[in-house]
Amino acid sequence: MSRRFTPSVVTANALLSGEVVYQTATGEWSAHHHEALLHTDPEAAQAALERAQTQGLVVVGAYLAEARMGKTGPEPLHFREVFRTRGPSNYAHGKQTEPC
Amino acid sequence: MYRYTEFDEAFVRSRTAQFRAQVERRLSGALTEEEFRPLRLMNGLYLQLHAYMLRVAIPYGTLNSAQMRQLALIAARWDKGYGHFTTRQNIQFNWPKLGDVPDILDALADVGMHAIQTSGNCVRNVTADHFAGAAADEIADPRPVAELLRQWSTDHPEFQFLPRKFKVAITGSPNDRAVTRAHDIGLRMVEQDGAPGFEVIVGGGLGRTPMLGRVVREFLPKADLLPYIEAILSVYNSFGRRDNKYKARIKITLHELGLEELRARIEARFAEIRPEWSGADQAVLAQIEAAFAPPAFRDAPVDAYEAARQRDPVFRAWADTNLAAHRAPGHAIVTVSLKAHGATPGDATADQMRVLADLAERFGHDELRISHEQNVILPHVHKSDLPALHAALKAAGLATANVGLISDIIACPGMDYCALATARSIPVAQQIAERFDALDLEHAIGPLKIKISGCINACGHHHVGHIGILGLDKAGVENYQITLGGDGTETAAIGERAGPGFAYDEIVPAVERLIRAYLEQRESLAESFLQAYRRLGVAPFKAALYPQEDKAHAA
Repeated sequence: MSRRFTPSVVTANALLSGEVVYQTATGEWSAHHHEALLHTDPEAAQAALERAQTQGLVVVGAYLAEARMGKTGPEPLHFREVFRTRGPSNYAHGKQTEPC
Repeated sequence: MYRYTEFDEAFVRSRTAQFRAQVERRLSGALTEEEFRPLRLMNGLYLQLHAYMLRVAIPYGTLNSAQMRQLALIAARWDKGYGHFTTRQNIQFNWPKLGDVPDILDALADVGMHAIQTSGNCVRNVTADHFAGAAADEIADPRPVAELLRQWSTDHPEFQFLPRKFKVAITGSPNDRAVTRAHDIGLRMVEQDGAPGFEVIVGGGLGRTPMLGRVVREFLPKADLLPYIEAILSVYNSFGRRDNKYKARIKITLHELGLEELRARIEARFAEIRPEWSGADQAVLAQIEAAFAPPAFRDAPVDAYEAARQRDPVFRAWADTNLAAHRAPGHAIVTVSLKAHGATPGDATADQMRVLADLAERFGHDELRISHEQNVILPHVHKSDLPALHAALKAAGLATANVGLISDIIACPGMDYCALATARSIPVAQQIAERFDALDLEHAIGPLKIKISGCINACGHHHVGHIGILGLDKAGVENYQITLGGDGTETAAIGERAGPGFAYDEIVPAVERLIRAYLEQRESLAESFLQAYRRLGVAPFKAALYPQEDKAHAA
C-alpha cells in the first residue's frame, strides 16, 4: 500500500525573478501561500503538478509541498516551506516586506 | 597583480555574449529549463530558495580597488545592496533577476572578473592563503601558480565533465591558512636542496564523508606542476566513480584504490604525458610572476602606530586581534572583520565595499584579499597608517576587533538562502556572537574557531572547526550536531561528533556550556580551547553538553 497522501499545494519559482510562487485554483500563480489551491486528492495534485511543469516560460522547478488548511487559506507544514513564504531571517528582504 | 591579457579579455567577453544569447533563448522558449540549467550553472547562476544567486569567482581571493568598487556597483544596481563573501573566496549575490545577469557578467568583464566554473563538475576557483605575498612566514607567493592553474583549468576541454566538482588550494607558507588538507588537491610550496617545488596532497574533502588529504608526492619540482596536476585529474577522470554522486569525489577514489595504487597510477600517467610538455607553461608562469612583483614598500618610522597603541585602548584591542606579521619591516597585514556582533558572517554592504576599495587605494597598494574565513584583508599597510585606517574602518562599521575569536564565525548561507540546506546557519552564528559579546567573555576565551554548516555538504567547514555545528532536518525540526576538536591548519584534524544534536533554541546554551567547561578546566590563560581539548579529550566537554545524562550514569 502506498503512503497516505498529505494534502499539498503546487509551488515553484518564477522564471524571471526567481520568486517563490504558488498555483491557485484558476491555474494562475500567486506570490502568497494562502492563495494556493490545496489538493486533497493525490491524482488531482499530480495532474496540477504536471500542468505546472508545462509552464516553463513562467515558472521553474515546480513540486508538491505538503500543507494544511488554516484560517485564511493553506499554510505550509515544513519549516523550509514556512521560510519560503517569508524570506531570509537575517534581513527584511523577500516576501516578508510585501503587504499580503 | 595579474591583469587580463587580450586573450583573457576576449575569452570572458565571448562567454558573456554566449550567455546573453542563452538567456534570450530561454526567455523565448527556444531552450527548456532542462537545457538551460547546465548553461546557467556553468556561469555561476543558481536558483536558490527565494531567488536566483550569482556566484562570482575571486581567483585566489585577490581583488584590486576597481574590482571591489564594481562588486559594490553590482550589489547596489542589480541586487539588494550587499554581497556575501564565501568560504571559497567567492562572492555571492542573492537576488539577481535572470534578465539582468548578462549585464552583470558584462560589468564583471569590465574589471577582469567572471563567474565561470563557480559551479559544475569542473575545476573550481583555485583558492590560496589570504596572506599570500605579504606573510612573514611565507616561502614564496603562491598566487602566480594559482593564476597559472586558473588559466590552465579554465575551459580545459578534458576536464569540463569530471565525475564531480574539483577544488584546489595552495599555500606558500608552512602555516596553512588555506585548509589545503580539505581540498581535492592541496599544494604546499616547499624547497628541497634550495630548489622550489610542491608537496602535493590529494583526496581531502569535507561534506558527508570528511577526509583529510594524503601526500601523494613529497617533492614535486616546480616545472612539473601542470603535467602532474593533469596526471592527477586524468586518473580521476578515468577512475572516479560516476555511478554514485556521493562517492564521486577523488577522496573516495583514494579510499577505494588506496594511496599506493592511486600514486602508482598518477605517476604512470605523469611519465606518459610529461614529455609532451615543452616548457611553454614555464614561460607563461614567468610572465605571471612578474605581474605579481611585490609593491614598493616604504621605509618610514612607526612612531605614530606606537603612540596610538599607548593612547587608544580601542585601537590597541583591534591591533592585537586584527593584525598579522608582514614580511616587510614597518608593515602589517590588516584583517577587516565582516563579523560585527549580530551581523551576517561574510556580508558587506555596497557602501562598505566602496570604503574598503578607497582604503586599499589610500593605504594598501590597491590590494584586497578575501579570506576563506569570510573576512577582507588589506595585505600591505604601513604601520604609521594604521591609526587613520582604523578610524576610517570604525566610521564604516568595519572595526570589529574579533579576528580569530569566538564571534569570528564561519557560516554558510544555510536555509535562509540555500536550496540544499537542511537548517539555518546565519541566525545561530548571530546569536552565538551576541551572547558572548553580552557576557563580555570573548577576549577571555581567546583563539577559537566556530564553523557552522546548514547541511551535510559542509560549505561552513564545520568538520575543521574547533567547535563545529551542523544543522540538520530531524523529523521536520531544525537540529544541530556539535563536533569538537576539528582543525583546518597544518595540524589538520576532523572534529569528533560530541553526541545527540540540539534543537534550534538549545544550541547557543549548549555552546555556552562547552565554553564554560573550557574556562574552568584550562591550565592557564595561554591554553587555547583546541589545546585544552587535545589534552583533556572529549569527556569533560561531553559532560558539559549533556549534564542530565552524566547524572543518570552517576545514579
